[in-house]
Amino acid sequence: MSKISLIIKREYTTRVMKKSFILLTFLTPVLFAGMMALIIWLGGIKDDKVKNIVVIDNTHLYSKVLKSNEVYSFQFVEGQLNEVKKQKSQNGDFTALLYITDNLKDNPNAVTLYSEKQVNVELKSYITGLLNKHVEEQKLAEYNIPNLKEMVEKSHTEIDLKTIKWGEDGKDKVGSAEVALIIGMLTAFIIYMFIVIYGAQVMQGVVQEKTNRIVEVIISSVKPFELMMGKIIGIALVGLTQFLMWVLLTGVIAVVGGAIFGSNVDVTSLQKMQQVGMQPGMNVPAMPTEMQHLMTSLAGLNYVEIISLFIVYFLGGYLLYASLFAAIGSAVDNETDTQQFSMPLMLPIIFAIYAGIFSAENPDGPLAFWCSMVPFTSPIVMMVRLPFDVPAWQIILSISILVLSFIGTTWTAGKIYRTGILMYGKKVTWKEMWKWLRY
Amino acid sequence: MILLEVENVVKQFSGHLALDGVSLTVPENTVYGLLGPNGAGKTTLIRIINCITAPDSGEVRLNGKRITSADVQHIGYLPEERGLYKKMKVGEQALYLAQLRGMTKRDAQKALKYWFEKFEIQAWWDKKVEELSKGMAQKVQFITTILHDPKLLIFDEPFSGFDPVNADLLKREILELRDKGATIIFSTHNMSTVEDLCENISLVDQAKIVLQGNVAAIRASFATKTYIIRSQSPVLGNENYDLLTQTTKNGMVESTIKKLTSVPNNLLLSDIAHQTEIFSFEEMLPSMNDVFIETVKKSDQ
Repeated sequence: MSKISLIIKREYTTRVMKKSFILLTFLTPVLFAGMMALIIWLGGIKDDKVKNIVVIDNTHLYSKVLKSNEVYSFQFVEGQLNEVKKQKSQNGDFTALLYITDNLKDNPNAVTLYSEKQVNVELKSYITGLLNKHVEEQKLAEYNIPNLKEMVEKSHTEIDLKTIKWGEDGKDKVGSAEVALIIGMLTAFIIYMFIVIYGAQVMQGVVQEKTNRIVEVIISSVKPFELMMGKIIGIALVGLTQFLMWVLLTGVIAVVGGAIFGSNVDVTSLQKMQQVGMQPGMNVPAMPTEMQHLMTSLAGLNYVEIISLFIVYFLGGYLLYASLFAAIGSAVDNETDTQQFSMPLMLPIIFAIYAGIFSAENPDGPLAFWCSMVPFTSPIVMMVRLPFDVPAWQIILSISILVLSFIGTTWTAGKIYRTGILMYGKKVTWKEMWKWLRY
Repeated sequence: MILLEVENVVKQFSGHLALDGVSLTVPENTVYGLLGPNGAGKTTLIRIINCITAPDSGEVRLNGKRITSADVQHIGYLPEERGLYKKMKVGEQALYLAQLRGMTKRDAQKALKYWFEKFEIQAWWDKKVEELSKGMAQKVQFITTILHDPKLLIFDEPFSGFDPVNADLLKREILELRDKGATIIFSTHNMSTVEDLCENISLVDQAKIVLQGNVAAIRASFATKTYIIRSQSPVLGNENYDLLTQTTKNGMVESTIKKLTSVPNNLLLSDIAHQTEIFSFEEMLPSMNDVFIETVKKSDQ
């Protein structure tokens, strides 16, 4: 086995066999899925308790309109607002107090909802829905046109604006800006995380080899460049393994989870939400179409392209930064010194994630374009732009710049590393490193 | 035959001179000691021989040719600080290092099995290096250094961290390696090991070599012409020697005498033999420890 592959193998196996790696790799998708499931589940749970709403209706017009259902029960009482408030808040057995002072047809402002705690949106929309509908019907009835109510109901339309992009091949794609945004930000964030985490691991590994004098023993049989590249490639493979495991596990969990919970939880909970929360007059099938829409736009994304470009940009960005991290690790004497020198490296990475967030708002704007060309930001910013369909020439140009750049940084880092790794007891300065470059 | 030559090596670090015109020659198949107080420049010299640091001037030759990093592959180097991955298991790590040095996995396994049995450390195979004590880790490192049968072995402070039993084991191994044809250079503070192991030494102090040569010759040159005589009855003084001490132990008189003239030992002895029955006559050679202290003190003044 050649020496560099031995080094890669060691870097890879020692890391992959670590308990922390195994835990993180398996637990992250499970935790993520668990969190999603929890959100859906919590959203699906409704309070079984009936909520009492006390109504003071000075007009005595609405006792028929405000019908109780399984969630809300309306109690009509007589009396002054303040008295009832006082009396009821002592009992404490009510959620809110609805106070109607005038005929709502003539005076739509004559209704107020009092409560001790913030009233939830559902209750508010339920009451306004009932009252709106009633007043609407009253008004319609005043026109004295037979069947007007039915006519109006028929004329009611809900417009569902689909966004469809047409590709160069003329085929339509169903797209959703929100889905693209989420996918773009997610992949960009994973790249950001991988560059920071695995870049730091490269740096730590180098510092450790240097301070333990391992490098002095190894350097007799291996060239410094081989040692550096072996470490960088080995750790890159660790990152790829973790990413692919995440994709795979997320897929498995999605399929399994979908089979077990998806059928009942999603549909029933969503339906319940509609029944309870939506205004009675609202078009009922609106939600399912939206869900459908989301699903089709999720399916409409080109996953092969996104995943393969993710790997390209991950490797490119990682190699670019990791070699520089290795150079810094080789130049310092101990881990505490690394902070001072890694700061200039962290700045462009952090800048990239902000540039990515702003690029998401305008994926074809100049900031997005230039930041997806500059190699220090392109791996992150381009991932944000990808789901919004980036012209092929831009992707090719950006990748070429990235590849050329990481060859450049690796070469540079190799020179610094070669000198730095065997240098002890010398406070390193940027000037000093510049000198090593030209040895 | 000369295996290694160091010629006029100078190395300057920012602000201080680490080596100032150091030269030495190491004959093949011998044990060579590098002595000197802390900070004298021993480790720097070793690192220059190993091509880890480059000298500012001067050169190192192996078999008459300037040493290159390709030659270093045939040197077994044991650094003073542990050169092992702390989190890695002992066996895995030894295999890894052996393979990096060009051994096949099968050869490495075989050789490791032999050495682990010899040092009785088979039980450590699956332990992590961080679980080992300093001396234990040193043993493992020693094995990884000599495993690929290098012709030249360089040990930086190999005895530090060892208890007397293990130090003795290491001494025996070093001699055995020499008998098998290896050349060994080691640095140490431990003077008794120098007497036991080294044919030649260099004493480095303040970046310079202050004493160099064959151990026996050096000790003889530091001899104070002092002798110990054990005899039946007290020895009397004479114009040829001074009587320094005289004690009686178990019915035997032990006298220390210092020769004053260049009279041969034979004459001296026959002189004394007239007075009393002699059981033993022995020259008191200074220990390397005395030589070390005396030389370093002198050079520091």
